[in-house]
Amino acid sequence: MTTEMICAGFGGQGVLTIGKFIAQASMKEGKNVSWLPSYGPEMRGGTANVSTVVSDEAIASPIVSFPDILVALNQPSIDKFAPMIRPGGILIYNTSMCPNGCKREDITQISAPMSDIANEIGNPMVLNMLAIGVIIGKTALIKYETIADDLTSYMKAKNPELLELNLKAIKRGIEIGKS
Amino acid sequence: MEIIATRPESLTQTPFTYCPGCLHGVAHRLIAEAIDEHGLINKMAGVAPVGCSVFAYKFFNMDMAEAAHGRAPAVATGIKRARPDMHVFTYQGDGDLAAIGTAEIVHAANRGEHISVFFVNNAIYGMTGGQMAPTTLPDMKTTTSPYGRNTDDIGFPIRVCELLATLIAPYYIERVSLLSPADILKAKKAVNKAIQYNKEGRGFTFVEFISTCPTNWGMDPIKSRDWAKENMLPFFKTGCYRDKGKGVE
Amino acid sequence: MAKILMKGNEAVAEAAIRSGCRLYFAYPITPQSELIEYMARMMPKVDGTFIQAESEIAAINMVYGAAGCGKRVMTSSSSPGISLKMEGISYIAGAELPCVIINVQRGGPGLGDIQPAQGDYFQATKGGGHGDYRLIVLAPSSVQEFADMAADAFDLADKYRNPVMILADGMLGQMMEPVEFRPAKSDEEVAEMWKQHKSWCINPNEDGDKKHHHEINSLEIDPLVLEKHVNNLSKKYAEIKKNEIRYEKYELSDDNEILCVAWGTASRVVKSAINELKKEGKSIGLVRPINVWPFPYDEIAKAIGPKVKKIYVFELNTGQMVDDVKIAAAGKVPVEFWGKVGGVVFTPAEIKEKLEAALKE
Repeated sequence: MTTEMICAGFGGQGVLTIGKFIAQASMKEGKNVSWLPSYGPEMRGGTANVSTVVSDEAIASPIVSFPDILVALNQPSIDKFAPMIRPGGILIYNTSMCPNGCKREDITQISAPMSDIANEIGNPMVLNMLAIGVIIGKTALIKYETIADDLTSYMKAKNPELLELNLKAIKRGIEIGKS
Repeated sequence: MEIIATRPESLTQTPFTYCPGCLHGVAHRLIAEAIDEHGLINKMAGVAPVGCSVFAYKFFNMDMAEAAHGRAPAVATGIKRARPDMHVFTYQGDGDLAAIGTAEIVHAANRGEHISVFFVNNAIYGMTGGQMAPTTLPDMKTTTSPYGRNTDDIGFPIRVCELLATLIAPYYIERVSLLSPADILKAKKAVNKAIQYNKEGRGFTFVEFISTCPTNWGMDPIKSRDWAKENMLPFFKTGCYRDKGKGVE
Repeated sequence: MAKILMKGNEAVAEAAIRSGCRLYFAYPITPQSELIEYMARMMPKVDGTFIQAESEIAAINMVYGAAGCGKRVMTSSSSPGISLKMEGISYIAGAELPCVIINVQRGGPGLGDIQPAQGDYFQATKGGGHGDYRLIVLAPSSVQEFADMAADAFDLADKYRNPVMILADGMLGQMMEPVEFRPAKSDEEVAEMWKQHKSWCINPNEDGDKKHHHEINSLEIDPLVLEKHVNNLSKKYAEIKKNEIRYEKYELSDDNEILCVAWGTASRVVKSAINELKKEGKSIGLVRPINVWPFPYDEIAKAIGPKVKKIYVFELNTGQMVDDVKIAAAGKVPVEFWGKVGGVVFTPAEIKEKLEAALKE
């Protein structure tokens, strides 16, 4: 099975990291993965996006034309990528920054005021972890334990407080994804 | 019989290919003698330029690299970084160093690269047939400044020692002349100092030689030296521009 | 060793260090900046040399100097910067020095853009610099292969005393994939490697007796001497052509209706399309040249199955390698080309559409 995902948002919202953690965790779970970011001026304050492919087979193309999952943290990302979601695919979006939402009815939509929830958890930086949680809750693409171990291994010594907030955000995301 | 003068060991037996009256041979000899005197022949590598002294790689009796036009300081950087146990010098003319290779010399000097650069300034492109150099004097006629160097149009000659002396890193910068036996003795001291500092790993060392080009200037060797004394030396003043070993900053 | 998720730019830099590269000279340019930044971080940790040169021209000439000492040395850039290096590459080829050059291609001509492209195929495989010389050119299609090629490139460079280029692109440079590194050479091994070149390279006389005068040089002013030198280079290139053909066969069979040829990043997209069409019962094969110089002419000719009615070449340019494929096909079957340019990468869906149309013809 192959899952193709695009994560998009403003530069600074941590969308590249969403893809990276999903790819890293999938790799640790024995899958083939690729992670392909937009780069250059797009990274400097504009919109950023990243294509992540997770597969049981060798990945032929890392370019995602028709994502199974789109994570959109702002409205321009929905406008640009939502039309490309495969019928039956999943759109996860952040209502705090997507006032117009998405009109498609042939896909599953999950939305939450993610920026607000991140602030509520205690740090706007955990927005991307919240999104990862929603992906896990909705698709079981990766296991919570894999990413929790991953985060713990390099954050525990450096920044235990942020680690706790991150784990809390992922758990909260999983609840949103399941509901 | 007592031998009082002989060919320096640091020169090969290959005969020079320079024009009659050319001073490249003198500059080569000064460098070779200094390498001999400091006992560096087995640890020295040199980089030859493009220009009249393009065959310098055949004349110096050590491992030599022939660089692309102007790139000798970059090539020397590569050699020195690859073989920090060796000592490296470049030998360059005015077109090579002060026109096409301006970036390379300025940045090698600015890095304080541990190399010695020997720069022969005769105000003209010799090898290609007497074209204007970055150091050609105002109003001086060459094949590409047939009405004289027009400074309104093409600017003034570049004084390389003064230019490099604006940088902080270089350890030693001196301009000497090869125009008289007395000047050559002074030049020998400067070359010796550069090689000595190189041996001691002090940093970037640079010696400029004011020289002549009888062939392309269209003068006999004696007259060309007189012409250079009258015209070049007032513009390119000899002297020490930097010597950190002597507190000259 | 466990797999690590890494960008191509960083993976190839790490692999180069592991293969014994201790000298690296380069100038920043997108999309290869992670490579120079990785070297800036890591070289001091292995007592290596990193210099951010004043220009790509200076960088390649520093490579010339270090390669003249027989040491493993590398530079990297992206298309416009590679053009600047061409002077030095010609000199390095002429002087027969071993070194590795990485081109993380972007869109051109001129300043172009910074997105992935394959517009430098001609420059890499047909010349680029002046004179009769050849680069060995390796074209990776994954981060793993990009990394593996660093070691291969150094071995080839040492074996043939010839510059070797790894012709990647912005996608491979920027993309992260799992990579497993080959074991690193020990410091002792690295310290000894230059000695294979001792007979010709710049090196000191060990016991103080004058023994050698080595010339690192591409100048031969006597036409008869230069003629001999160039003919010797040509003989070397013939030897490389004989020994170093590398290509991948993908879904080749006697049932193939179309044979695709694609290299690097483009080949991955073509594979996706071939897989999709296979599910619909269509048989399409692919030959991917792994080394684009020397080029697998005979191997492509052999891959033309009995039912193949067309060879389809896909590149991220306006048609460069297709010329070589036409030579390989030698008129046996028609050769068609489709490509995208400007840093726009075609999608599997687009390739599939092209192939479907060709199947219907």
